[in-house]
Amino acid sequence: MTMQPHSPTFTLGQIEQGPPCCEPIPHLSIKGLSVRYGAQTVLDEVSLDIYKGCITALIGPSGCGKTSFLSTLNKMTDAISHAHVTGSIHFDNNNILDAQTNVLQLRRRIGMIFQKPNPFPLSIERNLELPLKEHGIKSRKVRKEKIEKALRDVGLWHEVSDRLNTSALALSGGQQQRLCIARAIILEPEILLMDEPCSALDPISSGIVEDLIIRLRGDYTVIIVTHNLAQAKRVANYAAFFWMKERVGKLIEFGQCQHLFDTPQHELTAAYISGAKG
Amino acid sequence: MPSRSASNIRLADQCFSVLIMACAAFVTITLIWVLGDIVIKGASHITWSFITSEPSDAGRSGGIGTILVSTLLILCVALGAAIPIGLGVAVWLSEFTVQHSRFSNTVGTTLDVLAGIPSIVYGLFGNAFFSLYLGLGFSILSGGLTLACMILPIFIRTCESGLSAVNNDWRKGAQALGMSRSAAIWHVLLPAAAPAIIAGLILGIGRATAETAALIFTSGYVDRMPGSLLDSGRALAVHIYDLSMNVTGGDNAAYASAFVLITLIILLNTTAQSLIDRWFSQRIYAS
Repeated sequence: MTMQPHSPTFTLGQIEQGPPCCEPIPHLSIKGLSVRYGAQTVLDEVSLDIYKGCITALIGPSGCGKTSFLSTLNKMTDAISHAHVTGSIHFDNNNILDAQTNVLQLRRRIGMIFQKPNPFPLSIERNLELPLKEHGIKSRKVRKEKIEKALRDVGLWHEVSDRLNTSALALSGGQQQRLCIARAIILEPEILLMDEPCSALDPISSGIVEDLIIRLRGDYTVIIVTHNLAQAKRVANYAAFFWMKERVGKLIEFGQCQHLFDTPQHELTAAYISGAKG
Repeated sequence: MPSRSASNIRLADQCFSVLIMACAAFVTITLIWVLGDIVIKGASHITWSFITSEPSDAGRSGGIGTILVSTLLILCVALGAAIPIGLGVAVWLSEFTVQHSRFSNTVGTTLDVLAGIPSIVYGLFGNAFFSLYLGLGFSILSGGLTLACMILPIFIRTCESGLSAVNNDWRKGAQALGMSRSAAIWHVLLPAAAPAIIAGLILGIGRATAETAALIFTSGYVDRMPGSLLDSGRALAVHIYDLSMNVTGGDNAAYASAFVLITLIILLNTTAQSLIDRWFSQRIYAS
């Protein structure tokens, strides 16, 4: 069978676009967040609120600490032995950075999508089933239902329903990335962290994944790192602009996406989005 | 400096090609020669009764039935001990220690040294430790455990390098899904490293089945049917050694036994490969 993942008949699943996020309710409250790797500070004193149900884009040049910022939010920095994180990230009245945070539970509530699609070298079905089993969903029937729903949500169901038992690595890059998104949302997280989810994909697959991300708005709080300013403008409600000063990443400006692009308050922001810098 | 002419370069290229082809041909011909010799001189003596009956007259007549049983028992003991310990150490080295730390480098170097130790030394160690110190005597158990020690280093190294080569994105993916470390290892990393594990196992089976020196002092020479793992049992390779070195007129039986040994190794390897393939594909595909 020839798969045409990019054929015009492509339809996304049942996720209904949520309410517009006109009421900014903080979902994550970040105060004075700094990240050091050994002696090198990569992110200095970042404070901002991430609003519930909205898409927040993190923009800025490479090496300004966007990815480091993102990986503190689900404590992926824990795996880096010399990483040192200070400040606070309030989520549900708890500080994520507290030592007693249950990391496995936290990551169930805050999912992550990586730059390069990383489906496990297992079958499509098993990719989705593993996280469910890990988080204690014992009933096979429930798992099957959830798998179908997640695949429908990311628009993969009609493309792969007849080959759930084949290797996920045989899928195209765009399909793999949608499978990874399905694998993340199957755990019903509240927040999704996306680290340049489209940058390793061809333009058409990238467009499909971008459409999917827009559909997630309302149901999920999405934080997306992107180097593609046009994409940030298209998908995001809020934007945060990071810049590097003396090799230390700093948050320069944060606000509604449109405001930030139309009337930047800071000259660095203006220079970056006009293409004069960065 | 005078530039080399095109024809000179071409000539050098051709010489080089001929040279490496000659090397490849040399290796292939040697292998075919050895196998051919064994097949020609051994295959004609193979009968069903040779494979099933007990040896008699010091192996000149009779068969190798009891010896096959001992060989397989020794191999089972060796693999039964080496596989779980080896996988455990490999996982520990690749997942739980800091790569290239002083400690993991030390362990790695130790394993490399152990892998290069001659098997007779393992034999003496096995005799001193398993047979005498632990009191297991000349037995299938002490022979198998000695072989386990012998194949462990190379098995661990192959599995470890297989695990280290597993794409790090999968580790991060499993972490980001809130999967525990053990689940990530068991469900994602080990299946992904399956080809290396199979390769390590095949190397181990080959070495263990063909081993003589390590077994002479540990599982011994007795060619009767073993009653338990604590009985002495003669392995096929030891039998071949004995027939060709100590028994005049044992050459035919030695060739026939060698033929059986080679067939056995090929059979074991294909079985191991298909079994592991099936086991991993269950982990990979089944729900």
